[in-house]
Amino acid sequence: MEHINLVHNIPFFSIFLAMLCGIITALVKNGRVAYKIHTIMVLVVGIMSGILLASVVKNNEIFTFMMGHFPAPWGNELRAGPLEALMAVTFSIVMLLMVSGGSEFIFKDVLPEKQPLYFIMLNALFGAMLALVYTNDIFTAYVFIEINTIASCALIMAKGTPQSMVGTTHYLVISLLGSGLFLLGASILYSITGHLLFPQMKEAILEIIKTEQYRLPLLVVTGFMFIGIAIKSALFPFHSMLPGAYHAAIPTSSGILSGLVLKSYVILGIKLIYCVFSEYVMETLKITEVLFAFGLAGMVMGSVYAMKERKMKRMLAYSSVAQIGYIYMGIGMGTRVGMTAACFHILAHAITKTLLFLCCGSFVEDSGGKEKIYHMRGAAHRNLLAGVGYTVGALSMVGIPLLAGFISKVYFATASVYSSGKMAAVLIVLGVSMVLNALYFLPSVIAIWTPVKGAESRPTSSVSPVFAVSIVGFIILNFALGIYYRPITRIIQMSIDLLVQ
Amino acid sequence: MNHLGTNFYEAVSVILFGIGFMNLLLQNNLIKKFIGLNIMDTAVYLFLAAKGYIWGRMAPILTDGIVDASYYINPIPAGLVLTGIVVSVSVTAFSLALVQRLYKHYGTLNMDEIMKLSREEEGE
Amino acid sequence: MGEKKSVWEHLKAWVDGEEVILDADKYIVNRSKREKKNWRRNFSMEYIRGNVKLYRFLSIAISVLFIGIMLSVVNDLPEFGNPANPADNEVMERYLESGIEETGATNFVAGMILDYRAFDTFGEANVLFLAVMCVVLLLKKDQKNYSAKEEQENREDDFFDENEKRPILQIGGKLLAPLIILYGIYVILNGHLSPGGGFSGGTIIGAGLILYASAYGQKKMQTFFTFRTFTLICVGGLLTYCACKSYSFFTGANHVGFEIPKGIPGHILSAGFILPLNICVGLIVACTMYGFYALFTKGDI
Repeated sequence: MEHINLVHNIPFFSIFLAMLCGIITALVKNGRVAYKIHTIMVLVVGIMSGILLASVVKNNEIFTFMMGHFPAPWGNELRAGPLEALMAVTFSIVMLLMVSGGSEFIFKDVLPEKQPLYFIMLNALFGAMLALVYTNDIFTAYVFIEINTIASCALIMAKGTPQSMVGTTHYLVISLLGSGLFLLGASILYSITGHLLFPQMKEAILEIIKTEQYRLPLLVVTGFMFIGIAIKSALFPFHSMLPGAYHAAIPTSSGILSGLVLKSYVILGIKLIYCVFSEYVMETLKITEVLFAFGLAGMVMGSVYAMKERKMKRMLAYSSVAQIGYIYMGIGMGTRVGMTAACFHILAHAITKTLLFLCCGSFVEDSGGKEKIYHMRGAAHRNLLAGVGYTVGALSMVGIPLLAGFISKVYFATASVYSSGKMAAVLIVLGVSMVLNALYFLPSVIAIWTPVKGAESRPTSSVSPVFAVSIVGFIILNFALGIYYRPITRIIQMSIDLLVQ
Repeated sequence: MNHLGTNFYEAVSVILFGIGFMNLLLQNNLIKKFIGLNIMDTAVYLFLAAKGYIWGRMAPILTDGIVDASYYINPIPAGLVLTGIVVSVSVTAFSLALVQRLYKHYGTLNMDEIMKLSREEEGE
Repeated sequence: MGEKKSVWEHLKAWVDGEEVILDADKYIVNRSKREKKNWRRNFSMEYIRGNVKLYRFLSIAISVLFIGIMLSVVNDLPEFGNPANPADNEVMERYLESGIEETGATNFVAGMILDYRAFDTFGEANVLFLAVMCVVLLLKKDQKNYSAKEEQENREDDFFDENEKRPILQIGGKLLAPLIILYGIYVILNGHLSPGGGFSGGTIIGAGLILYASAYGQKKMQTFFTFRTFTLICVGGLLTYCACKSYSFFTGANHVGFEIPKGIPGHILSAGFILPLNICVGLIVACTMYGFYALFTKGDI
């Protein structure tokens, strides 16, 4: 009998634990209990992913895990390497901090009898995101994309207001369009390759490129799959669903959707690039160029829309569009350095945008439900901690040194040197977009720090300890990622090299 | 290669997909929009089912005790279609529930009107 | 506030954070004026919608373009029904030739979705569960979505259900519902032997429950099927599913544990976990279907 390698079971354990907790939560009647179950689950998954990360980095390995008794082309498979483990760790940390920090909003905005349902959706969403990160099978990816869609729509509409219903409908229609395209692409891909698992598909696709047979279908399929993923991750021309949805949802949901859910699709896209279509095919079919162009457009247009926005949450939503543009620009450079920058930006944006949404939710609450930036004058004086958090987040997004956002911008600029012909475009757009970022983030920071004349200067409204802990945690993470970024980028580089093999 | 003549199931399915897509874009009524989405899903199932068929073979259920791969059609697309149908049923139920809630509040199914009303309510 | 300031003074004030605040009211008014003139900036969709004709033309053009591209793709795809297609490979061969030996199911599709590729099916069962939970979240009566008027309507409905005589529906329901449910059970139990399985059988059972509920009213249904039973059955089914599959994934991947006996192919008690999994899925689907019906009509189960 072989020796059981428990570490290799971690991806499977994490997904099933999350799903199991989702199912069990249906029996719970009290929101607080459901919240505890959720927190413990995320904590356990986080610790397990940490062990997995340490192990795969130490052994410099990428392994596949057989889901069942049957090996690769017959059964389902999971695949985990440093990138997957790193993302799982990040997702767990951000989820833990966000949900505990935002628990007040959940208990306030969701009706008591519906709170357990909200946590069912959170657990399922977490499981589905992990599955998307770890999957090695295109149809599994489709099924979990749908779980992700349903659960994220549920998170948006949990508030129960008519606006949130409208936002959900918009989000649902556009997401379903995206998953429909993904399914169509997957079925055509199956019909020309005869496989559903990534490694076998990759071989078949390389064969297709060599023999020139089915070349047009391959091109169209690649297009469809990436359009599907781009729609799901709200790349620039498909972003119209974000502002309404994020604006209407409770801040916790908005933060999770913007910080994590969009990213899980991007990671699926990265895995598809390396494990299915391979760098060579992406280059030959010019898919990377298209992603690059849309990424650049998104960077500028997202910021322009954000500048025009007067409501804070909508502004943050448009800012997410711009940041997704950064990530796609990195992917579109077509080099491994660019990919490293993109992966780093995924992490940086995940921890920063969740922080911003958390603080923004707190400001809105303090100013009595008013959402315009104008109404938030002096909000930082009322709630000092949230003010500091917002400032750190905004500065990080603008790209101030010592913060996470700065490092990713440096990496993007460095990466541009390695991709021939794209350097000028990258540098110019990067500069423009940084200026635009500053132009919409700084006024909001100034606004929250300027005291209102005449209004009584209420000292800090009572801040719950979990909220304080999570804000502080996010700030520390941001600085940590901004100062000790080397190990992280080394892990990312290593994992990309492993993925390519 | 010129298989358009033989691949008419696939051809019909992609035309259906296009019709569903057009429906989704052009209809203002929410229920009709979701019917468009359903048509798109169904088109993909037709496509998959067509891809699974092989001339002159049997359904993939043991018949007369014959165990031979060249006697049965491909079982994989059937399984994928099954999964897809369940997903589309769930999504349809969810979206219709959303529509019901929207109708209860706004009293209309027209997406544009709902958008307008919700904008007014928000107090721009 | 009223006096003219130079650009530099404006800039200085902005940096000091005074400009936004001092002139904020004027600024907001100005801005909203601009908003009104340029109402498209809130919504890019709105702008396109604004030109209805352009929008219609564009959507038709996109769809037609899409159909055109796809037809040319179809032209290049493998031929319909040709045994030499790429999909006809070793994967399918093993499912068909070793399927009976390895899974014990004579229905190859059931063997494939519940044993070879069971992870997908686990996800699928979860999709259904999440969807019904979403519908509960949306439509189950609470203070936000339930008005006094609906309360009144529901009470009237219940009154009619109790007092109105609907002989054809009620006698028909009484006779047919058990038969339909029995047929559903047959389909579920024979899922590994013949066409059918948990999903189709569960839907049939759900249809039987819906028929009974529409003939006798929800009140009567609630004597044996409440929200509590609904959750218990769904959660119980999914947990059993989860436990069975965790066991087989864990033992399969680590090559440990003892294998579930496959039995004699063709017998009702065979095929390892497939029969219990089909029963679980069938229960979940039946409850879900009835749950959708009940929530949509009355907002409660």
